[in-house]
Amino acid sequence: MLTVNPHDKTLLIDPLYRIGIRFRLLFLFLVGVIGWGGYMYYHQITVGLGETGLNRPVFWGVYMVNFIFLIGVSMAGTLISAALQLTGANWRRPITRIAETLTVFGLLVAALQILFDMGRPERMGSIFIYGRLQSPLLWDATSLTLYILASMGALFMQLLPDIALLRDNVPANAPKWRSFLYRLLALGWRGNREQWRRLEKVITTTSILIIPIGVSLHTVTSWIFSTTVQPGWKSTILGPYFVVGAVFSGIGMLLIVVTIFRQRMGLQEYIQEQQYRSLKALFIVMSIIWFYFTYTEHLTIVAGQEVMEFPVLASKLWGTFAPTFWGMVGLMVVATWVLIVPNLLPSFLQELSPLFSGQWLLGQGITAVFLSLVLFMPEQLPFTLSLAPDIHTLLWVIEVMLLLALVIGFTLWCKRHLIRSMIIASVCVVVGMWLERWNIIIPTVTHPRLVPYATYLPSPTELSVTAASFAMLVLGPLLFFKLFPAISIWEVAEGRVIAAAEAQIEIPAPEPVGPKRKRPFEFRRPN
Amino acid sequence: MTSWAMVIDLDKCVACQGCSIACRFENNTPVVAPEQAQKGRAIRWNDVFPDPINPTEETGEYPFVRTRYLTRPCMHCVNPPCVKVCPVQATYRDEEGLVRQNYDRCIGCRFCTVACPYGVRYFNWYQPEWTPELAQHLSPDAVTGPGRSEGPAARMKGVVEKCTFCIHRLQKARAQAEAEGRDFRAADYVPACVQTCTAKARYFGDLDDPESTVSKLEQNPRAFRLLEDVGTHPKVIYLREG
Repeated sequence: MLTVNPHDKTLLIDPLYRIGIRFRLLFLFLVGVIGWGGYMYYHQITVGLGETGLNRPVFWGVYMVNFIFLIGVSMAGTLISAALQLTGANWRRPITRIAETLTVFGLLVAALQILFDMGRPERMGSIFIYGRLQSPLLWDATSLTLYILASMGALFMQLLPDIALLRDNVPANAPKWRSFLYRLLALGWRGNREQWRRLEKVITTTSILIIPIGVSLHTVTSWIFSTTVQPGWKSTILGPYFVVGAVFSGIGMLLIVVTIFRQRMGLQEYIQEQQYRSLKALFIVMSIIWFYFTYTEHLTIVAGQEVMEFPVLASKLWGTFAPTFWGMVGLMVVATWVLIVPNLLPSFLQELSPLFSGQWLLGQGITAVFLSLVLFMPEQLPFTLSLAPDIHTLLWVIEVMLLLALVIGFTLWCKRHLIRSMIIASVCVVVGMWLERWNIIIPTVTHPRLVPYATYLPSPTELSVTAASFAMLVLGPLLFFKLFPAISIWEVAEGRVIAAAEAQIEIPAPEPVGPKRKRPFEFRRPN
Repeated sequence: MTSWAMVIDLDKCVACQGCSIACRFENNTPVVAPEQAQKGRAIRWNDVFPDPINPTEETGEYPFVRTRYLTRPCMHCVNPPCVKVCPVQATYRDEEGLVRQNYDRCIGCRFCTVACPYGVRYFNWYQPEWTPELAQHLSPDAVTGPGRSEGPAARMKGVVEKCTFCIHRLQKARAQAEAEGRDFRAADYVPACVQTCTAKARYFGDLDDPESTVSKLEQNPRAFRLLEDVGTHPKVIYLREG
């Protein structure tokens, strides 16, 4: 019999057997969305891919965008769980389970996207029978299969001690199938020394293996595009760009999911601000690298102005795809601002923070909107205004100051609300990364060489199937965490032991004397 | 070795689109409804189109337009981008240099259609249908075998199709020569578009035979290939106007 800390039991194990009304409603809603998407997909299968908005030359559309986005999201698990496990980062413990679950479901839904996109999905097996070694799609199928198996294995290994805990702590009134399920999946785990030794070994090995597999999947997926001769795709940095984007969006999605479960299941005690602060550091690094790659990727095309490539970029900068391109850039700028700038605010602004909150902020906002109307769209106003030039200038000055105040107010708000501001950044990044995938695929396929330039808008079928896919991405973890705890109980318990041991260590206080100065006649401030 | 190639003399071409029509009837190309064609879903193994097809600063505006008509079958590249990317070898290059497409193998991933820089590959968005009148006159020729259907054979929805240089005509010509007890000659085999060309602008033959017409025309200073810079080495050779 394995026993569990009674506190963990009330917070993590007992809720698994309670199903509330909100859960039922959400479940019904998600099943409804999936059912509708399934019906539309059935229609697409029986009638043909003509039901999508695709055409010649836009042979790839939203399904492909979703595919790349979803495998990007799945990078979270690899990074958080495997990389942090190997580097011994203790703050990872409460979020590894959610990260790995997100990976598994992200990958499964991503694999479905390929199925949705195929004209003859029933011939999928041919890839493994008649596969052509040169085809990047074959590499991708191989890599994806490996990654799905590896991440499922990693999730299960990491879950094993917790399943055994569940098996030994099934409440008396629980349904029979659940105790049977736990008994089956626990594989006879007793928690003895030899079992732990083997488990540690397996977890470390999978952690080492899963990182190259994850990187290879994202790289190979980028090679689907960069090994063709199509304008805009033939880029050497597309591989690392995809990997960076994957980690970036993976952290964003992870933050969103972690926060939802934290709030809804009352896990504040386990997932603390420390986790957010650590993830924030990672997030900032990824956003800087992302901007660097994006800039490089586009600069080379601008500089070359090649006849076939430049129209693709032009369509992003000021053509058909300007809204999605600048939308992406705008969202990323907001995310980076929210992550970085609050830390850089001078201290005197924080003393003024009452000026930038509550009614003051509301007043500033309303005035700013009104002034924008007066300054930019005077013909829209119900009355006519004739402003003297100096008044006009004054209004401009006030408008700029108000906007500045709003930005400062927002930044100060972000500084006070770490978690909420992180969620804003995460949503911006996740949406921005979806748009980034769109901006990579669609502008190129609409600007081919010897076929007239085309346009593309997803059809209702594609939108329904996309909605169903994202519903699956929500439903999967939702059901999973009704069967298994969302926090890795044993890892957290292990972390407590480590923290207790670390508390015993006495760190000698630093010496009060400063280092000897090299320049003895330097000006010193009088004390 | 044989290496089938086509030469198109743009000086002779009158852009009558006879080649496109002949191809359509020879190969049972599915017809699509007008609104589908509007969406860019028409299937034309052989196509006549202005070059450059997308207006640039160099094409100019009426009346100073600098454009011309090109007619385009599949290029049957020596280094075909479509073949390399197919994950199931549904499209492949045979020993005579023809890039072929097996409808029974194709999984409809459309990687080849995306990878082809010439845009000569087409996808069946719906199940091909013909009006009863047209259905009576479908060509019975087909290149079939176990797990294989090519050329004019019936297509299903969700697969890619393309010009095959009338591969069924090659097989028929070989069978004919064998039945007559003589050796197969390159002149026995000619695709439908070449046979029908009003202005006799198209030539067809074996590029590996230095005495063939296509080999001689390839040496012509007017000869050029489409998109030579992408490194596909097409086996459709154009002769420049003028």
